[in-house]
Amino acid sequence: MKQNLYNYILGIADNSLILGQRLGELTGHGPSLETDIACTNISLDLFGQVRSYFQYAAKIAGDNRTEDDIAMLRKEREYVNVLLVEQPNRDFAYTMARQFLFDIYHLLFLQKLEKSKDLTLSAIATKSIKEVSYHERFSGDWIKRLGDGTEESKTKMQDAIDGLWTYTDELFHQTEADKAMVAEGIGVDVTKLKETYYKKVNEILEEATLEIPESKWFQKGGKEGVHTEHLGYLLAELQYMQRAYPNMEW
Amino acid sequence: MSEEQIKNLEVQFEARIARDEKIEPKDWMPEKYRKTHIRQMSQHAHSEIVGMLPEGNWITRAPSLRRKVALLAKVQDEAGHGLYLYSACETLGISRDELYDQLHSGKAKYSSIFNYPTVTWADMGAVGWLVDGAAIINQVPLCNTSYGPYARAMVRVCKEESFHQRQGYEIMMKLANGAPEQKELAQDALNRWWWPSLMMLGPTDAESIHTEQSMKWKLKRKSNDDLRQQFIDQTVPQAELIGLTIPDPDLKWNEERQSYDFGEINWDEFWQVVKGHGPMNKERMKARVGAWEEGEWVRDAAMAHAEKKQARKQKQAI
Amino acid sequence: MSDKKNWPLWEIFVRSKNGLEHRHFGSLHAADAEMALENARDVYTRRNEGVSIWVVESKNITASNPEHNGEMFEPAQDKVYRHPTFYDLPDEVKHM
Repeated sequence: MKQNLYNYILGIADNSLILGQRLGELTGHGPSLETDIACTNISLDLFGQVRSYFQYAAKIAGDNRTEDDIAMLRKEREYVNVLLVEQPNRDFAYTMARQFLFDIYHLLFLQKLEKSKDLTLSAIATKSIKEVSYHERFSGDWIKRLGDGTEESKTKMQDAIDGLWTYTDELFHQTEADKAMVAEGIGVDVTKLKETYYKKVNEILEEATLEIPESKWFQKGGKEGVHTEHLGYLLAELQYMQRAYPNMEW
Repeated sequence: MSEEQIKNLEVQFEARIARDEKIEPKDWMPEKYRKTHIRQMSQHAHSEIVGMLPEGNWITRAPSLRRKVALLAKVQDEAGHGLYLYSACETLGISRDELYDQLHSGKAKYSSIFNYPTVTWADMGAVGWLVDGAAIINQVPLCNTSYGPYARAMVRVCKEESFHQRQGYEIMMKLANGAPEQKELAQDALNRWWWPSLMMLGPTDAESIHTEQSMKWKLKRKSNDDLRQQFIDQTVPQAELIGLTIPDPDLKWNEERQSYDFGEINWDEFWQVVKGHGPMNKERMKARVGAWEEGEWVRDAAMAHAEKKQARKQKQAI
Repeated sequence: MSDKKNWPLWEIFVRSKNGLEHRHFGSLHAADAEMALENARDVYTRRNEGVSIWVVESKNITASNPEHNGEMFEPAQDKVYRHPTFYDLPDEVKHM
């Protein structure tokens, strides 16, 4: 099995999986029916991507494992999503800030992945770019609305951006699988996305009349499977059925 | 307008409906028609959005990715259906906020079935199969109801709803054909949801207060008891097909009636839940009110931003 | 009821595919036009129903009054000479 490629795919897909799961928690509890429907749509896009990635990963593994085995039967330390996406839905400002800080990265990443020598990854990227372009616009609009809205919304949005800022730098860390895949022309060199990322993020924050956080202290570990305490609970729900009723079909 | 004139208009109005003409928002209508429609449509809309909660409860725990996306899409559709129906209601001059107020204050009702808990994954199957099944029986005739916006909303709802029941039945089928543990889950869910589903089709004709007028306005095409019989007759063979047992010892095919006879429904339980004492009434309302109140600052901010943006635009134009 | 400003109502028109006109699909609430477009996309085109969306704030629509339907529309009923069947032509003239 091509272990590096397999790990590399997990690194991409886990972000969509965990973020999709977080958004799924909100269905039925949004601030308006229209917003509820919109957030569920983003969740559905992300799970669609996850399925394409994991089906491909299962094929590469070449044993009997399925997309669900990969999604739901790994241990805590085997999930390699960035810390940003596992942060909880503290309020709508946090949900949108998390989305926005990820979407900007996600789109830049996919635009490069589209040029991958791996045709399957390239095809998934092409399809996902359309979805994520919309996510980016949607979350960016909400950053502006809440930043520029009322005093209360501005405070909440600033809190959310400040709180999540510490997780942004990890997006640009390279794993071993990353380096190997970049060398083969399959993977994206994420270190090169960093400058454009902060430029785009800062532009929107400024338009939203929000302060750009100055903190240079960043958290990391997700890509190595060392997560915040939040992930365990998310996994407990995600995996519940597969763990309680092993080896069954649904 | 004199009483005589109103009487005249009413006669003409009833004649239009009898001729199968549609009534549109700005048309003259008797006050009772307007009120009855607001009540029924909003009750229907409330049922859709409260109905998101019991199923939303399993989104994060769905056993596979395929099931997860199907469930997400289904619950999302329910939000959409609530939205179509609130919009139809708004054509009668009442705002969505007022309708929410009625729901949150307990003044408005919603379908009682959503006051039961979804305790296992199999409940996703049972709810889709039975609850959506019963809902479809209620809803299909409404595509031809007399009030145009309601009929149009229902056409859209029914079209989208067609996958919901299949989704539920497929879940049940998979469980029923699966490991013994899975089959137990399925049977247990059927046991718990069967009777509430029968109750969902409304009190017996003898106790139903609105039926006659509603029939005339095509808000209802068949009586509750007829709908219930139709539901039972179509569902029993579906249960047999996947080897599940309907939890009713009195259920028996009646050759003469070409229908199933069935046991006594526990109407005390029904009225208890309607009156707010079901297992989940309080939790459901808490969740709805909570989402609405926690969302207030978001909605206010969006409005404030829209106004500022508009003001900036106007300033630029000067 | 509070006197808060709620998100206004918008009417949504969708073109199902090129070649067809925009058709009224329904309505929804949004704070501004951009949000109305985004919401319309998520609410009314989830099943691939559209290629173009118009949104109009409901308050900007002026509707005719059904009470005036007589004077508005009935005068057109007897102007049969506007329809091709009003004109008698011999059968020999096949397609006209």
